[in-house]
Amino acid sequence: MFDAKVTEMILVGIRDTLYMTVFSAFFGYVVGLPFGILLFITRKDGLRPNRIIYAVGDFICNIIRSVPFLILLILLIPFTRAVVGKSYGSTATIVPLVICAAPYIARVVESSLNEVDPGVIEMAKSMGASTRQIIFKVLLVEARVSLFTGATITTGILLGYSAMSGTVGGGGLGDIAVRYGYYRWQTDIMIITVALLIVIFQIIQNVGTRFSIHLDHRKR
Amino acid sequence: MQEIEIRNLSKQFDVKGHVVDALRGISLSIEKGDIFGIIGMSGAGKSTLVRSINFLEKPTDGQVFVGGVDLASLSGRELRKKRSEIGMIFQSFNLLEQKNVLDNVCFPLELAGIKKKEARKKAKELLETVNIADKEKAYPSQLSGGQKQRVAIARALATNPKILLCDEATSALDPQTTESILRLLKEINEKLDLTIVVITHQMSVVTQICKKVAIIEAGSVVEEGLVEDIFAAPKSDAARELILEKKVRYTPVEALHAHRRIRIVFNENSSEEPVIANLILKYRVPVNILKADTKNVGGKARGEMILGLPEGEKLQEDMIESLRKSGLTVTEVRENV
Repeated sequence: MFDAKVTEMILVGIRDTLYMTVFSAFFGYVVGLPFGILLFITRKDGLRPNRIIYAVGDFICNIIRSVPFLILLILLIPFTRAVVGKSYGSTATIVPLVICAAPYIARVVESSLNEVDPGVIEMAKSMGASTRQIIFKVLLVEARVSLFTGATITTGILLGYSAMSGTVGGGGLGDIAVRYGYYRWQTDIMIITVALLIVIFQIIQNVGTRFSIHLDHRKR
Repeated sequence: MQEIEIRNLSKQFDVKGHVVDALRGISLSIEKGDIFGIIGMSGAGKSTLVRSINFLEKPTDGQVFVGGVDLASLSGRELRKKRSEIGMIFQSFNLLEQKNVLDNVCFPLELAGIKKKEARKKAKELLETVNIADKEKAYPSQLSGGQKQRVAIARALATNPKILLCDEATSALDPQTTESILRLLKEINEKLDLTIVVITHQMSVVTQICKKVAIIEAGSVVEEGLVEDIFAAPKSDAARELILEKKVRYTPVEALHAHRRIRIVFNENSSEEPVIANLILKYRVPVNILKADTKNVGGKARGEMILGLPEGEKLQEDMIESLRKSGLTVTEVRENV
């Protein structure tokens, strides 16, 4: 159907899309997970209540989350250039993706931790656990299914966002869809990229769901 | 020696701008090796009180001494160390749902930084002690309430505590399971010379295992002493209500109000004699038995009975006098039975 050049381009597109999704999810968690834990422990009835830290964290989180991704992408161009040396291509796209994902991840983590039974936290305290031990040995262990489900959802969203970055030269399948499908009216290429995005999304979601079921010891 | 000493303890909570007094000037001393009951209706402040013993709730005023050490004088690290010497079990068990039974018992040892191999060995021994060794690989969701509480007890004992706090530990369990858990607590109390503090709203729990009891109402201790003394002659309304289990009514209320009512408590000796039958034969008038029950108070059988006496004040006084002469404790009952 396509010549070798187009096939190769699509294969590179798949690789770039996966690269952006996986790395932005990874770095998103490197920033977002501690951020979410911080929000959880500093809130009013948390393990270490601190109104100022919570208010600042909460504010930053809401501000970034209220800026649409496409606009964030453009706003962050100078910053991206400072970090990776250029403002286009897959690696450059990871920077705005991480900044967009981190506060979202922080909220997802915070809500997962909220699901942990307060009684279990009290039990750990009664046994002399420090805040650090409660975080690593209770919260992250007990909330792991919910955390993993949250990570699956986040990765799915990042896949979509990575495609969006195609409009500003981000690379990957989204980039191909915009350049060939939109500017050059090559509907067939557009359809192929969309189909591929759907397949990748399904794989992420299915693997994620199966793995969280496997992780969960609460049933049966 | 006093294992736990509570001096003039008060706790206030700030609830939406209002100050609520949860505890008002409570003083208690609990001896080493005792099983001490703290009983009260819900909202009386008993959960707050038990949480003050390991400083999960820091008191507004007053002091708590555990093993002679003032908890308020400890640094954060020292307090955590002290807490590891005080085991605690809960109404909702609070097991880690994502860890199996063995790892749950290992948890406090893991916190203390003990090597995994050593921790497992200790945990297995404890699971033997609480009689649930066959479930070590099971997850909490696969266990019944009684089994969960056994695991929780094993976990609480892992760090060789000197004190075990039980916060409504049997309230979520059925009567048979409650009994077996209480038996287990008594067993470990004797075997390990453990001081146990039992928080409950059920008098039956107190009469079954406690030696001493404090009755809490609206944040204050209203009565305190040996369980058998309080059971025989409760002085406070709260104690009477708890002993009579006010909510349990077998007779229509009208019938109960028609007579002068008395409560009599039998001790071992008087249980032999057919006191009520003799009373009826002697005065040739019927008495109405409104409630009768036998309870195990500290290993001794104690019978209690509530009688409705026939009309006529002279006759009533004579009957009461005659019962007293047979060695029974007689008290007037004014509240609903």
